[in-house]
Amino acid sequence: MLELVRRTSVEIPDDVQKVILAGLEREKKGTIAESAMKIIDRNIQMAREKSQPICQDTGSILFYVECPVGFDQITFKEAARDAVREATKKGYLRQNSVDSITGRNDGTNVGPGSPTIHFHQHRSSEVFVRLMLKGGGCENVGAQYSLPNEKLKADRDLKGCRRAILDAVLQAQGKGCGPGVLGVCIGGDRATGYEHSKMQLLRKLDDRNVNPDLDGLEQEILQTANELGIGPMGFGGKTTLLGVKICAVNRVPASYFVSVSYMCWAFRRQGVTLNAEGEISTWLY
Amino acid sequence: MVRLNRHTAGKIEQITMKELSFPFTEEKIRALKVGDEVLISGTVFTGRDAVHKYLHEGGELPSGVTLRDGIIYHCGPVMMKQDDGSWKCTAAGPTTSIREEPYQWQIIRDFGVRAVIGKGGMGERTLAACKEHGCVYLHGIGGAAQVLAECVKKVRNVYFLEKFGSPEAIWELDVADFPAIVTIDAHGNSLHKEVFARSEDELAKRL
Repeated sequence: MLELVRRTSVEIPDDVQKVILAGLEREKKGTIAESAMKIIDRNIQMAREKSQPICQDTGSILFYVECPVGFDQITFKEAARDAVREATKKGYLRQNSVDSITGRNDGTNVGPGSPTIHFHQHRSSEVFVRLMLKGGGCENVGAQYSLPNEKLKADRDLKGCRRAILDAVLQAQGKGCGPGVLGVCIGGDRATGYEHSKMQLLRKLDDRNVNPDLDGLEQEILQTANELGIGPMGFGGKTTLLGVKICAVNRVPASYFVSVSYMCWAFRRQGVTLNAEGEISTWLY
Repeated sequence: MVRLNRHTAGKIEQITMKELSFPFTEEKIRALKVGDEVLISGTVFTGRDAVHKYLHEGGELPSGVTLRDGIIYHCGPVMMKQDDGSWKCTAAGPTTSIREEPYQWQIIRDFGVRAVIGKGGMGERTLAACKEHGCVYLHGIGGAAQVLAECVKKVRNVYFLEKFGSPEAIWELDVADFPAIVTIDAHGNSLHKEVFARSEDELAKRL
């Protein structure tokens, strides 16, 4: 488990790195956008070589576990907490968890709500453990829209969703450490909308949505966002987003939420399958 | 001006950047323009949310910390205590600056800050304070914690470690050739305003 935390913090997954390199190639030579992308590229290499965090904000610690019936969730939680404590001591994670009332930081990263662990049962005997470290800068530029939104002229249809999602990109500018990736959920309630939007970030960047309408929307928003000239870090340039992933879940008739989670370029997610002894058997990204 | 070799993806190339070295005088700061790439060398103090709120509410700087003609860095680094009691900085990129917008103008005015390093840009009040008092906003590369930690040559001291916790403490750092881009200058220009206006227009055409 410690190795999962370490790799997540110090390595960018291959599918993300590929798109970052494509962004670097696309930027005009000699611009500050290109300079930013070069530093990003160098940073990715250095973090891996030094086995030190890609970004000093090692983020909210979010585990997603798919497990068979009968899987011992309590033991898993204890193991995850121990791994987080150990990873913090070793400097793979910053002392990043603060008591929201007193402001106290006990330096362990373990406390109410940290780490967060989502369990999902499935019929397979396999155990999948995915981990995402999501920094605060990008989390802060996430946005939730309730449609219709008169100001944005966004009605309750996919065109309205498009307007809302592109507004989130405009408002984020470079503040979420762009170029970023959007995870979007259409529908749900205020809590599940954001939850599903984050889970979209578990998809590989080069996959395609099985729903043709959402697939079209993903491609179109990616293209349009990259025409806005926001660019890396908001410096201006051609690479504003690296990817867009959208899902839809049912809603109640009265609500129509579009929830947008923004992930920074320092996209830290990894995953493993565990064997019967609880050891890592394969890496997922 | 300085020419140096940059190593990128196995290739070596020459780039040109402006050097910004201690002391950070008003003259040097006023000479900078939006879009300039700079390499910062000298002492900087980190300070983020807790420190800004504390100073805004009338708190005093601890003795040893001086921001006059100095640089404040919006950063919560990863610091590892060494066996000899010293600190090693292992990750040190900038944090989002806009959260300090309610406080920054006042801190520039009252403490004589000459440059703010951060990311994501700042708003109208900071822009006005930069112009009035001779200060610039230097945009570091968000997320580039390793490239920037390598520029931290020495951790000289730490203040408010117990009070605010490690990420929110004031760390006194000696940096060398720390790369950043001027995105708000001392003449009323802001790259962030320009890019927002342009991208807003481009989006309007596509809706």
